[in-house]
Amino acid sequence: MSDLRTPVGILFLLFGIIVTTLGLFGSNNTAPLSDVNVNLYVGVFMLLFGGGMLWLGLRKAS
Amino acid sequence: MNLSGVDYLILILYFAFTMGIGWLVKKTVSSSEDFLTSGRSVPVWITSLAFIATNLGAQEVIGMCASGAKYGIMTSHFYWIGAIPAMVFVGIFMMPFYWSSKARSVPEYLKLRFDEKTRGLNAITFAMMTVFSSGISMYALGLLFQMVLGWTFEQSVLLSAAIVLVYTYLGGLTSAIYNEVLQFFLIVVGFAPLAILAVNKAGGWEGMKSNLDPAMVHSWKYMGSAAENPMGLEIIGLSMGLAFVMSFGYWCTNFLVVQRAMAANSYEAARNTPLIAAFPKMVMPFVVIVPGMAAVALASSMAGYQMPVGADGTTNYDLVLTTMMSEFYPSGMLGIGITALLASFMSGMAGNVTAFNTVFTYDIYQSYIRKDAPDAHYLWVGRMTTIVGTILSIGAAYVARQYNNINDILQLVFSFVNAPLLATFLLGMFWKRTTANGAFWGLLLGTFSAAATHGLTVAENKGGWLGGSFWEFSSSMAQNFWIAIVAWTVCFVMTIAISLFTERKTDAELKDLVMGFTEHPPELDLPWYRRPVVLGAIVLVCCLIFNIYFW
Repeated sequence: MSDLRTPVGILFLLFGIIVTTLGLFGSNNTAPLSDVNVNLYVGVFMLLFGGGMLWLGLRKAS
Repeated sequence: MNLSGVDYLILILYFAFTMGIGWLVKKTVSSSEDFLTSGRSVPVWITSLAFIATNLGAQEVIGMCASGAKYGIMTSHFYWIGAIPAMVFVGIFMMPFYWSSKARSVPEYLKLRFDEKTRGLNAITFAMMTVFSSGISMYALGLLFQMVLGWTFEQSVLLSAAIVLVYTYLGGLTSAIYNEVLQFFLIVVGFAPLAILAVNKAGGWEGMKSNLDPAMVHSWKYMGSAAENPMGLEIIGLSMGLAFVMSFGYWCTNFLVVQRAMAANSYEAARNTPLIAAFPKMVMPFVVIVPGMAAVALASSMAGYQMPVGADGTTNYDLVLTTMMSEFYPSGMLGIGITALLASFMSGMAGNVTAFNTVFTYDIYQSYIRKDAPDAHYLWVGRMTTIVGTILSIGAAYVARQYNNINDILQLVFSFVNAPLLATFLLGMFWKRTTANGAFWGLLLGTFSAAATHGLTVAENKGGWLGGSFWEFSSSMAQNFWIAIVAWTVCFVMTIAISLFTERKTDAELKDLVMGFTEHPPELDLPWYRRPVVLGAIVLVCCLIFNIYFW
């Protein structure tokens, strides 16, 4: 439990999967003042960030 | 606010995850040292993030966004002339003494440097401060649960208390630190997109400038007189009160943040903790203050956003952040944003409860109630204290509910506790002639003078309880800063005066505690990016550039 990167990576991967899926297939990705598909952009960012963290954490563990 | 099923899923996932971390960490905690200071084993990048995440509580996120909407870019003074220089000072000049003294808490340092009574006085005022701080976070969290879940305030506060209790009880400081880091990332991911979307919608910085009062978009230009700027502050209140006494007082003596650095795994890591933390801290104004300003610009340009209105019909700045989120985020991102907000309240609360725990167990219980018990006993007391601290916080949450602005009461508490303590620490660490009696009476008189100033002056109908007002401030913020200035000055002057007439400790007793009596490993062989002085200089130059750009 000394390396925090693994849990951070897992959590952000999970969030990234949920939000990216919404961004790609969801019916309504806009808000009253925004028509940018923020779910897709932030979702992909979270996937990359979570994946990177998990990779760093696992690399150190092995 | 309407949350959909996905948003609830994200929220539940997050809480399940933090509970899981607490449970995993518990398996590795075996002594009271582990539970309370993490056994000095945490890597520097984690302590650095925890260092700012501890401070990234309710008042930071909601309060700074609200202040951005109310005062404009002037709010950045809390960062670029306040927190950042103070963090650099802690890392370069103060951390060596905290580290070499091997103290487990700030009051314990006072005991080693001065005596038992100085430590006792500080432990009591500090414990009260942590209870107030966590109570204020609990109040804000309760309000959010109320809004999201539709529960009553009573139920919401009990729910938030239960959640905090479970995870600090399970893992102590390590789980609190680990969760803080998780929360830090979540807060950045949850709020930074809002800042980008809102500023774009408002037409960029130039577009915001054209829709805002000039006093809102300049941080220095209108500081000449209190009447011209929205904060009602003049240059002495700003430089001496906000920048020096309040900011240095908070970052240098607030055990909550110093404790994070003391959990670091080496001397060098402990010194670098506040300096590395200063880098992300420096850009926080763009994430928390700018969305508040963009809200005002959008409202005044009729872009479809209206400033939130409270029950009494006036603008409620505390609601700016949440209403902006629901205008700009679709379901999914809204879940991430709300989770980030909850996480920040949790971090504020859990950090304070943990600090209360450490100070009570080591500095009050072990010192005055029961000495020389087996370690398992103190571990048990530490866990029980967590429960008591949470219950006291519930009480403080109800007190905070009586105030219309949580930041006012918080700054007031800081001006009573941290401001005089800063003088005690500066003299204690850098002047070997400071005596125990000087420190104790200086601190006591400084705290009383804070109370006297509050009792004899008035701002926004607050204060003046000592039977009359001799001065009226144009804002509560200005009053808080001047209380801090008076408290610091009285403590500083009285400590010196009394020290000159009382007996000081011998040089041998001051070993590892005072400048000139400590030995540290040489740093000459470190690469430049790990040298505290180099890191500090880079951060200060960046702050100078920001100040000039937004002057």
